[in-house]
Amino acid sequence: MNLDLNTEQKLLKNSARSFLKQECPSALVRKVRNSDEAFPETLWKNMADMGWMGLGIDEEYGGIGGSASDVAVLMEAMGEASLPAPFFTTVVVSGTAIQQSSNEEMKAKLLPLLVTGKLVSSFALIEPNNDYGLTHIRTAATADGSDWIISGTKLFVEYAKGARYFLTVANVEGTGLIVAMIDAATDGIKLKSMPTLDYSKQCEVVFNAVKVPAENILALGDDAESMLNHLEDICAVAKCSEMMGAIQSVLDVSVEYVKDRTQFGQPVGGFQAVQHHCANMAVNVDSARYLTGLAAWKLSEGLPATKEASMAKSFVSKAAVRVSKLGHQVHGAISFCDEHDMHLYLRRTQSASMAFGNTEYHLEKVAQKIGL
Amino acid sequence: MDFKFTDKEQAFHDELTDFLIAELPAGWADHPVQWPHDYAHSPYRDPKDMEVHESFIKKIAEKGWLTISWPKEYGGQGFNNMQQAIFDERMSYYRAPAGSSGSVGAGIVGPMLLRIGTKEQQAEFIPRIARGEITFWLGYSEPNAGSDLGAVRTTAIEDGDDLVLNGQKCWSSLAHKADYSWMIVRTDPDARKHQGCSFVIVDNKTPGVEMQPVINILGDHSFNEVFMTDARIPKNNLVGEKNKGFYHLMQALDFERITLVGIGGFKRMFEEIIDYVKTNKRNGKLLSEIPSVRYKLAEIATNIEIGYMLFWRTAEMLDRGEDPNVESSSLKVATTELARDMAEVAMEILGPYGQLTESSEWSPIRALVSRGFLESISATIGAGTSEIMRNIIAQRGLGLPRV
Ligand SMILES: Cc1cc2nc3c(=O)[nH]c(=O)nc-3n(C[C@H](O)[C@H](O)[C@H](O)COP(=O)(O)OP(=O)(O)OC[C@H]3O[C@@H](n4cnc5c(N)ncnc54)[C@H](O)[C@@H]3O)c2cc1C
Repeated sequence: MNLDLNTEQKLLKNSARSFLKQECPSALVRKVRNSDEAFPETLWKNMADMGWMGLGIDEEYGGIGGSASDVAVLMEAMGEASLPAPFFTTVVVSGTAIQQSSNEEMKAKLLPLLVTGKLVSSFALIEPNNDYGLTHIRTAATADGSDWIISGTKLFVEYAKGARYFLTVANVEGTGLIVAMIDAATDGIKLKSMPTLDYSKQCEVVFNAVKVPAENILALGDDAESMLNHLEDICAVAKCSEMMGAIQSVLDVSVEYVKDRTQFGQPVGGFQAVQHHCANMAVNVDSARYLTGLAAWKLSEGLPATKEASMAKSFVSKAAVRVSKLGHQVHGAISFCDEHDMHLYLRRTQSASMAFGNTEYHLEKVAQKIGL
Repeated sequence: MDFKFTDKEQAFHDELTDFLIAELPAGWADHPVQWPHDYAHSPYRDPKDMEVHESFIKKIAEKGWLTISWPKEYGGQGFNNMQQAIFDERMSYYRAPAGSSGSVGAGIVGPMLLRIGTKEQQAEFIPRIARGEITFWLGYSEPNAGSDLGAVRTTAIEDGDDLVLNGQKCWSSLAHKADYSWMIVRTDPDARKHQGCSFVIVDNKTPGVEMQPVINILGDHSFNEVFMTDARIPKNNLVGEKNKGFYHLMQALDFERITLVGIGGFKRMFEEIIDYVKTNKRNGKLLSEIPSVRYKLAEIATNIEIGYMLFWRTAEMLDRGEDPNVESSSLKVATTELARDMAEVAMEILGPYGQLTESSEWSPIRALVSRGFLESISATIGAGTSEIMRNIIAQRGLGLPRV
């Protein structure tokens, strides 16, 4: 057992942190939220130059390989920086889906673009009648010769305005689910902004009789089901890593601050009430780290990981918001200023806690896995 | 991160599991009545179980497993701390005698003697601890020294070849059943609080050592008050550096916080609760079908997994030669609060049946939940309160100022 990062992961972590510190300061996060661009192009290009878009993608397609644990390291650094760019939906979600698909044509066409940063993809799953999960997908796919016609409304599609593809889940009457890579330039697609708490540029995406060639289908029926179940674990763990990064920052920044800030003639960090808030933050951060690490490790080893992934998502979703709020509390009013970074973490963690299944959703999955 | 045991660790895990299944009487796990991570030392309901207890400890000692992480020349197996942790986990999972909460000698005093004892002290005590022949109680607390152990007043003053002890210890768990005390005393009454203390080993039979039973909230005699009146012990029984007892105490407390967790007990207790909700109905519905029950238990399962991670973490650090002082405090806060939460959740789920205190046809889960509800009160107090643990995490872990 070794509950630390391995040597390569430590290197990756350090280089990612210093890169993001330089290229993605909180000033950039604020600039992006106020601008019309979906995400900062230059930052994205530079990230691609770092080779990040190939992480977890087979070398055969130009990727650099790597495990779910390696991806977790990068996601953590991104959470720490509140990265305003579609790495998660493009590389983690779409990259995994394309690789898992048996559609060799799509792999050969899209993955080499994806690993160089030329392909941005978003994930279109949630619909007006559901919040998460695969049971109520109403977006309809109907066969049209060998092609498909897809109609329906998707919500909370991150960075949709910058996406070249939408990884889309639809329902084929009588057959089950279908997973398609829909080209964003196809006729019949309309986007509408859905501004959210975390500035992540989410959109409503309406597919109105959108024609999707057969070659763009990644999976159908049972294959689609198993792909999406696997993605559910991957997404849960990646979101946990992102939240982990955010709350590690919250803790670090808070500890620095309370050592420095003086009231009643002493650093506020000397007050026990403040110390216990900080200790609680630390225990939550540690717990989140090992639980997320365990789930990522199971995924990396190809072991069944659903129980651990859902344990992690159910716990970290609550813990991260708890820690962020404690971070605000020990800072006092300064943290209520837009100019202060604390609220970036609070926003991120709250949104991430609800994304890809909230605590209750994942507790129910855990319940099933422990035999209830 | 890598969560796999080495082949050697896994082999030991499997060997030990087979041994426990083979050697413990069938259905043994239904006999002990302790809630995970308590300090109440509840006795067996059936006094005959004590015979099983004693003969089993002999068997474990014969295997050399009572002290597996000690060097071979001291009767151990020279195993690493991860194997020790595996041992603790398996033993507590099977509720094996001395699986948890019963090993002050093997878990605290022995490791301390190996680190700071003289050759003579090691020769005198170590083999007998390894063979399971002698037991110890912890003599830390006094009426005016609880969290603040720097305030201990029991004195040990040199007189010829002896140390003469005067004072009082309290909350001395199982002192009446033990042979010796591992005691912190004041050897320099004039020094500042933390600078005049030392560790001594006191034989219970020493003239001038008297005990009074104290009954705990479960109605059991686990505590004692112990009075020392001109009790003479050999000077050679002073362990470690004189007047540096506080420094040694920190390490002894780390051992205590790791040894007494009994992490496997959580999993075992949880499995009993799961079985119960799957097979019992309330108002026409299986308990396990009620969403709030499912969520609450899934949350407990998650926190047990966290407890396991924090537990393995301390062992892994010890194996790397690091000092898990802060980590053992996190482990203690997390698992003791989990012990309390698990009892609360079980109580909520069982409703009025949870309050039953005697095993009967109406009492679910052998009436353990009402015990757990009471026992777990001790978890967040004994061996350093949750508040003290948080002070340690904040001050030693995060570097916040002591003011
Ligand atoms: C079941 C059980 C078994 C035990 N067995 C033994 C034993 O075998 N041997 C032994 O020596 N002792 C034993 N103890 C005693 C135990 O170590 C003490 O109870 C513990 O250290 C707390 O001391 P106290 O009870 O005097 O509480 P106090 O120290 O009086 O604390 C009272 C309250 O004040 C808080 N407090 C105190 N100081 C601080 C601070 N600096 N910051 C914040 N809050 C603070 C505490 O957290 C607590 O909430 C046992 C206790 C229990 C419950």
